[in-house]
Amino acid sequence: MNTFDDYDPNPPETDELEAHLQTKRMVVNLGPSHPAMHGTVRMRVELEGETIISADPEIGFLHRGFQKSCENVTWTQCLPYTDRLNYVSAIMNNFGFLKAVEKLLGIEIPERAKWIRVLASELHRMQDHLTCVGAIGLELGGFAPFLYGIQGRELIMDRVSELCGARLTTAYGRIGGLNRDLPEGWKEKCLKSLDKIRELCVEIDGLLTKNRIFVDRMRGTGVISAEDAIDFGFTGPCLRACGVNFDLRKAKPYWVYDQIDFDVPVGENGDNYDRYLMRIEELKQSDRIIRQCLEKMPEGPVMVDDWRVAFPPKSEVYGTIEGVIAQFKLVMEGVQVPAGELYDATEASNGELGWYIVSDGGGRPYKVHVRAPGFPILSGVPRIIEGKMLADLIPTFDTINMIGGEVEQ
Amino acid sequence: MAYYKASKDPTKDLRERLYVPELLRGLGITARHFFRNLFGTRDTNLEVVDRKGLSLVSTVQYPEEKPIYPEGYRGLHRLVPREDGKPRCVACYMCATICPAQCIYIEAGEYDSAAPEAESRVIEKYPTKFVIDELRCVVCGLCVEACPKDAIRMDTGTHAKSAYVRAGFALDIYDETGKPELLRGPAVSHPSDPWNRRDGSEAPAHPIKEAHTRLGEGDVRYTREGHGHGHGQTPALPASGHKVEIDTSKQIPVTKFIKQ
Ligand code: SF4
Ligand code: SF4
Repeated sequence: MNTFDDYDPNPPETDELEAHLQTKRMVVNLGPSHPAMHGTVRMRVELEGETIISADPEIGFLHRGFQKSCENVTWTQCLPYTDRLNYVSAIMNNFGFLKAVEKLLGIEIPERAKWIRVLASELHRMQDHLTCVGAIGLELGGFAPFLYGIQGRELIMDRVSELCGARLTTAYGRIGGLNRDLPEGWKEKCLKSLDKIRELCVEIDGLLTKNRIFVDRMRGTGVISAEDAIDFGFTGPCLRACGVNFDLRKAKPYWVYDQIDFDVPVGENGDNYDRYLMRIEELKQSDRIIRQCLEKMPEGPVMVDDWRVAFPPKSEVYGTIEGVIAQFKLVMEGVQVPAGELYDATEASNGELGWYIVSDGGGRPYKVHVRAPGFPILSGVPRIIEGKMLADLIPTFDTINMIGGEVEQ
Repeated sequence: MAYYKASKDPTKDLRERLYVPELLRGLGITARHFFRNLFGTRDTNLEVVDRKGLSLVSTVQYPEEKPIYPEGYRGLHRLVPREDGKPRCVACYMCATICPAQCIYIEAGEYDSAAPEAESRVIEKYPTKFVIDELRCVVCGLCVEACPKDAIRMDTGTHAKSAYVRAGFALDIYDETGKPELLRGPAVSHPSDPWNRRDGSEAPAHPIKEAHTRLGEGDVRYTREGHGHGHGQTPALPASGHKVEIDTSKQIPVTKFIKQ
């Protein structure tokens, strides 16, 4: 490389046209407040011309001390914190956490609660993928897919707010089941929304999947091999795009996923285009799952009937001393989780959302660690992008769909 | 077919290689939206999913049209009044204890036993101060669930009003001028309330629905006959295959609650 030392201020006149352009490495900061860096991530990119020499993602701008905060509150009180991990699919965090706690407690939740959990998780998987696909379109210069994606997401948010009372910070579910059952008339509305989302997906698909400009920017860029992806710890659509058929819903079915007929798309090239296709396909599969859930869901309670875990029914609380005492004990001491530790995982929209929880037998967690799917994937970005063009960074960053809230906790 | 291959290579497709057909198809989609929105009048149905007509616009023009908050939406808190206008709250601190944001501050007082309003003496304790800092609140709804008196609800369907200073978000039962601030909305009465009990009357068996309406739940399909006291001995729950397995062989340790 040329340096200033051998810069000749008076170059021989004959050479001037043939001489190489003087280049110098340049460091560019992408983010932390850049619309294409989802959340607030800073990417320190070293460039030579337009080629990326090194990329260094820097996280922590959204760090809130999630794990430490959990140690100071009861297990139930952790729940609102988990909303803020992956804020695009909050329900999956809620349920992942609850599933881990229930496993440590050794309780089985009622059948209907399991179906509703699958249903709500898949709704939020659609929401996450719609956002991701829309954002990819937006950042590659197509504004319409983004609008359609957000329109679909908005419909899901409406349904979710009817379900749990908030659009974004759901705090849905409680240890031992759910705090609310489906509202009246919700099924029909949900089916209607699904029909609409299906139409929107066809339009997004039509605008993007075969669009030559889009394909040229996505195909063959941001490639990662299956071995590398496994080494980095990729999970979810990003791993499956490399051709690895691993999905926790199939590999280790939880709740009622084994009673539902659905397929999991797998790619082969591990490039941006395949990662995008995985999401488009998963949208269709989630739609299938939700329809089956709505059809097959049994009637029954949605909460276990054990007053050491669940609040007593309000009629008991208002009217009887036993109910009040059970309620007070649960509020003041929290659910008494037996001492022990375990790791439990669910398949969230971006991959394996794992919870490592330790209890010392009290009402508060001793330790809560969350394995955010986005974290290993983000750490693989430098490997994917080094030596490639700067313009490939944006689609790559889009398709890995890193969510600041969960990566930086 | 649990897993299926989904990757495609559109560059091998002749239609795609011709470039123009796909270009026109994409243009068709956007043009369809454009013309339908241009010539159709926007359906102003606030339930966006039910919108019909030519126009595909799904926006709600906010200040003029306000989206409907579904039943059970977690809005601004209110302290539920009794029929005599006093708060139902008995200052038991449950909501303040469960609040993960620790944004509820309560000071308890006692009704004067010699006071003329005899009905108030059925409950002795009441809050003299009940402050919720709406800026710290994470709107989780746990306080509503924890309240054993149905005295706090989030069913107002509004948000905290904007203010210029932080103190403007700390709402008390009554504001400085003595106007009810948190204490608002329709009064609520339960048959189990002490002031509703008559001498010698049994607490009536409530359908479970009573409890659930405050959360805005509709689809509660099961009722319980009789009262089940204690842990999980209640009969008459439909056999849905759920079982509770908790190891009770060891003593369950109890943590002391320390408010940090
Ligand atoms: S909604 Fe949650 S954060 Fe807000 S006051 Fe109630 S318990 Fe506290
Ligand atoms: S609002 Fe309810 S939980 Fe809170 S102090 Fe009053 S009675 Fe207790």
